[in-house]
Amino acid sequence: MQRIEEKLKILADAAKYDVSCSSSGSTRKNRDGIGDASASGICHTYTEDGRCVSLLKILLTNHCIYDCAFCVSRKSNDVKRAAFTVEEVVDLTMNFYRRNYIEGLFLSSGIFKNADFTMERMLRIVKKLRQEERYNGYIHLKTIPGASEEMVKEAGLYVDRMSINLELPTEAGLKLVAPEKDHESVRKPLAFVNEQMKSFKEEKKLIKHTPIFVPAGQSTQMVIGATPENDFEIMQVANDFYKNYNLKRVYYSGYIPINNGNSLLPQIGSAPPLVRENRLYQTDWLLRFYGFQLDEILNPQHIHLDLDIDPKLSWALRNPHFFPVDVNAADFNAIIRIPGIGRQSALKIIQARKFGRLHAYQLQKIGIAYNRAKYFLRCADSPFMLGHPSMEYVRIAILNAGNQKSRQQVSAGQLTLF
Amino acid sequence: MYYLFDGTYLGFLCCVFESFERKEATVVPITSEDHQIDLFKDRRTIVTDNAKALRVQKGVQERIGNAEAMDFYRAFLSEDRKAWQASFFILHQIFTGRTAIRQHYGNDHVLYFSQILKKVSRERHRMKAFIRFSKSSDGLFFALVEPDFNVLPLISDFFRKRYADMPWLIYDMKRKYGLLFDTRQVGEVQLSPEEVQDTTMPSVAIAMDERDELFQRLWKQYYTSTNIEARKNMKLHLQHVPRRYWKYLVEKK
Repeated sequence: MQRIEEKLKILADAAKYDVSCSSSGSTRKNRDGIGDASASGICHTYTEDGRCVSLLKILLTNHCIYDCAFCVSRKSNDVKRAAFTVEEVVDLTMNFYRRNYIEGLFLSSGIFKNADFTMERMLRIVKKLRQEERYNGYIHLKTIPGASEEMVKEAGLYVDRMSINLELPTEAGLKLVAPEKDHESVRKPLAFVNEQMKSFKEEKKLIKHTPIFVPAGQSTQMVIGATPENDFEIMQVANDFYKNYNLKRVYYSGYIPINNGNSLLPQIGSAPPLVRENRLYQTDWLLRFYGFQLDEILNPQHIHLDLDIDPKLSWALRNPHFFPVDVNAADFNAIIRIPGIGRQSALKIIQARKFGRLHAYQLQKIGIAYNRAKYFLRCADSPFMLGHPSMEYVRIAILNAGNQKSRQQVSAGQLTLF
Repeated sequence: MYYLFDGTYLGFLCCVFESFERKEATVVPITSEDHQIDLFKDRRTIVTDNAKALRVQKGVQERIGNAEAMDFYRAFLSEDRKAWQASFFILHQIFTGRTAIRQHYGNDHVLYFSQILKKVSRERHRMKAFIRFSKSSDGLFFALVEPDFNVLPLISDFFRKRYADMPWLIYDMKRKYGLLFDTRQVGEVQLSPEEVQDTTMPSVAIAMDERDELFQRLWKQYYTSTNIEARKNMKLHLQHVPRRYWKYLVEKK
């Protein structure tokens, strides 16, 4: 009989490669018990890798019948195995929650016996929390691929978010490292839950007391850099999933080598592609919040994101005809396309310019990244200029000007000649 | 002209009231705790009068709505004299008809006001995140904090709604007062002088629940296990969890 400490160590360690720790988007209220969901989500602490810790993220067990090469819990891997009992998970969750350590529970699991057997056990935990402990905090449940629709539907009535990981961005990549899995078994439950969410929402319009169903929506995750997909392929897949399944988030997880067993995967010691991961997230944000279309950023001519500069700057350098944008006249959608200006600053600019034309010093104070933005905008005291500066010059000037974190990181990975 | 008031929000609103009544527009609101003030400048002591303060409060609400009127209270809790000054300027503008002044981000006072609001809001959010309750043997969940700003009034509702079925106490060590929830309502408490003596070692004075130490240990275990060593990034870590908060964080102690 393992002690609870050891189980927690093994099963938290095995769950940590799941990136999602979001606790936002749910509207669950405290009804005569304990806990509620915070719409904005709360990160209760951060690990030394700088990632947010919002939920108690654990596997129910790391026993698994599958043998996916990229996964630390795969059948053939020689690691210690453990399994929580239903009571242990409930006790841990409640006691961490009451001490304000966490926003809620993120429950995933290796697959033991079969999908339904595993899903049934997870469902028992969720129901015990909601019904016996009267717990209304956040719950993120991993849907087990292959679990019956009845079980998935029942779970949806108790949890806030559900997710299934795509694992590898393309079917071909997945077949290389996990021949037993396919994308279809991910798409099917995502589509099913999405349909259910829609019909519950429809019903709610007619009948007020319709229960909430997965109020914080669904998400998925792709491993980046394990297989040779390019950025264009990855973002096409993400775009497709956002559109077809109304996902709240797609997570990109730079592959961290965990074994040398499979010669197709990067070997232990190779650094995770953190800069690339960051660029993918930036692209994701541009698509969702900045009104960009995918083919503006990535297309068959540009299949890779520039690691030295962010994708918005990269787009701007390729489209000099769009600039300069006059911040005293342009509309919001044009201003947020200026490199160095985000949505918050753009909003401030729109409001502030009603009181008079804005000057450079005011833009700087408002908090835009002026050193980057200055090549792409005009304000009240911009000097008169003939023609455009060469974009090649702008690129070099921006790269040389101070704070380029990415440049240091990129060059850290390169060999010096002398 | 300095207006010396009692340091309460009502007192602050009274300064606004008096400055209009006396037609003194260039006013610096201060409290008796402010030492670095110009000795040669005139000063006037403002007596807090709830009726006057409420008139100002209602006036602001009528002009810009309840939600935005709350912002002046939030900014006040920053205890930042420059923010008070900015509030004063903006309130004057609002009462002289320029009700859209809050959007004038090109103005230094307005920009500073919005920045301080952001800081207060961040601190409020941090307190929701960083408060760590310990359970005492009589079932009270208590937490000690030292927030940068006086944000306890802003998190009271959040904790009351979330932890509705357990008694809890959140105590601000810097400002020497706390919020106590008895499972019915939240009240403000101050420790007695003898108890204040003990605040250096408060955990000694309170008998702990027998399983509290276990869960603190498990939480530390979880915190270590969920970290990915290959992605270590201390700069980012410190940005999110500045050192000044470590003292009261179980996982960072």
